[in-house]
Amino acid sequence: MHKLWASTYKEFLLLTRDIGGIAILFIMPLVLIITITLIQDSTFKTVSDVKIPILLVNNDNGSVSETIKNGLSESNAFEVILKSNENEAKELVFSGKYQMAIIIPKDLSSDLDKKVNQNVDGIISKFGLEEETEIEPLEIPNKEVKLYFDPATQVSFKSSVKNGIDKMISKIETQTIYKAFQEQISDDPSEVIFETDNFITFTEILPQDGDKDIIPNSVQHNVPAWTLFAIFFIIVPLSINIVKEKSQGTFVRLRTNPVSYATVLGGKTIVYLIVCLIQFVLMLLVGIYLFPAIGLPTLDISGRLPLLFIVATFAGLAAIGLGLLLGTIAKTQEQSAPFGATFVVILAAIGGVWVPVFIMPKFMQILSNISPMNWGLNAFYDVFLRNGSLLDILPELLLLLAFFLVTILIAIAYNEKKNAV
Amino acid sequence: MIQIEQISKKYKGSDNFSVSNLDLFIQEKEIFGLLGPNGAGKTTLISILCSLIKPTSGSFSINGLTYQKHKNQLKQLIGIVPQEYALYPTLTAFENLKYFGSMYGLKGKSLDNKINAALEHLGLLPFANKPIDTFSGGMKRRVNLIASILHDPKVLFLDEPTVGVDVQSKNVIIGFLQDLNKKGTTIIYTSHHLNEAESFCTRVAIIDHGKIITKGKPAELINEHHGTHNLEDVFLRLTGKALRDHA
Repeated sequence: MHKLWASTYKEFLLLTRDIGGIAILFIMPLVLIITITLIQDSTFKTVSDVKIPILLVNNDNGSVSETIKNGLSESNAFEVILKSNENEAKELVFSGKYQMAIIIPKDLSSDLDKKVNQNVDGIISKFGLEEETEIEPLEIPNKEVKLYFDPATQVSFKSSVKNGIDKMISKIETQTIYKAFQEQISDDPSEVIFETDNFITFTEILPQDGDKDIIPNSVQHNVPAWTLFAIFFIIVPLSINIVKEKSQGTFVRLRTNPVSYATVLGGKTIVYLIVCLIQFVLMLLVGIYLFPAIGLPTLDISGRLPLLFIVATFAGLAAIGLGLLLGTIAKTQEQSAPFGATFVVILAAIGGVWVPVFIMPKFMQILSNISPMNWGLNAFYDVFLRNGSLLDILPELLLLLAFFLVTILIAIAYNEKKNAV
Repeated sequence: MIQIEQISKKYKGSDNFSVSNLDLFIQEKEIFGLLGPNGAGKTTLISILCSLIKPTSGSFSINGLTYQKHKNQLKQLIGIVPQEYALYPTLTAFENLKYFGSMYGLKGKSLDNKINAALEHLGLLPFANKPIDTFSGGMKRRVNLIASILHDPKVLFLDEPTVGVDVQSKNVIIGFLQDLNKKGTTIIYTSHHLNEAESFCTRVAIIDHGKIITKGKPAELINEHHGTHNLEDVFLRLTGKALRDHA
């Protein structure tokens, strides 16, 4: 126990003597979390301060194009800029000056009216409500609303815009059909025969903490995800710490001392776990106090603090285990630092920090199940967003603990094998 | 005290043995010098005896103990002063020594007193609370030495303990080692400083190509080889370089 304490104190001294290193350890994760949350905040907001400028070429100038234009403007997501020429709009979008352009074809409103009226007339005559007169149907060509996207535009943005416009057009078509029927059936235009409001609506039911809804926002999503990312980044300084011991000769001396490798690693584990928890506390403080001051939602941790600390501790242990293993195997800092940094990014990617696991390809979804960052993220989300209890997060905690134990055991076994006499 | 039987070591990828079928017996309280040109196998032999590397074949025991059976007992029995400064550069001399002393189970006031006494003996007490990276080479060598003797080892291995230090530091180090030897510590040391070895060692072995060419008391070796006046002459004659130099 005395040797473990001495090792811990030594690690503490080494860390505190490197002021620059400490600053990086604590400040950079905060910079990361603030930056990412500020960037992602707008995607969670229904009302955004930032409007995306888009081009609209209105060749129709009728009621349909007016409805589309108003719909886009009222969505508050877009700033609609009118252009008269399709080629000019195409040029501007393909050169990356605008994200997208919408080209509304000529006579869209009038042709839609004609098409719908023709169809309604046909239906009504079949029901025998009108005298059957053989009228040759007009040939009305299908209309095409053209969309141009900047090639650099992300697929998710394109999909959501296309869905939005599609929904808008469907609604216009439906309303036009209702209107046509109304005109055919009743002579009084003020008489309401058809209820044009949506019959089917949807309501999002949120999980509750007591009688309070848990409303997800960018902060509730970003703080756990990027906290975890920062915690796992501990593997870089930790592996460098071990490689340094080898290169400066102190590890050789320790090998001749009557002290086990487990004790040496134990000292490092305790100090770096404290570092992880301090990082975690700082990030919570940023979420609670700094975010509201800069216009972001406040991080709500009410009643969840003990569970959050438990998750942070176990995630920290998993990250430390990985760092100790990497430091044990790596021979130089040139091996450990780039590998560690890249590996954390990979773990984050497959763990669901960048994109949600459910939209990943099947193979990556399976792979994410073996990412400790995914276990940690799920545990954090259980606590932050799903109002989970200790029992709910127990499987993830056990996986994180098992990961720590396995990595530590491999590190010790590797060291024993390499240095066996 | 130290019984070495048929020890050999061949590194991976090497065609030659660094140490080849080496037999040696070192008695208690000896100051034994392992001398030889670069690559002769001195550091390899010391590393094997300190359990830092595994021999390819052969066996050895220290005080009748082997690493296979008495690993921790042996580690408590020996001290090693490695060639490089095996110290934490950002920690002070005192913090380094306190840590390495703790690894031998030493603690409290008795450890502090031991550290202070050794620092004083080697002229470093005024610098006890300065970080190692502010020390000169000679000062680092002295702290490196203290880190290895705080637990009063019965056997002390030193791999070129005076390399790259000034004359003053060298004299202090040699004097300190002689005091340790008088108190009963067996010393095994390697060096390229043959004059230093001649006056310091009670017995030496000259190693080349992993084999012991000769061994004995320095004065006896000088007498055995006619026309030699000191250990350096003997060394040059036996390793063949003297002849080449005269050719």
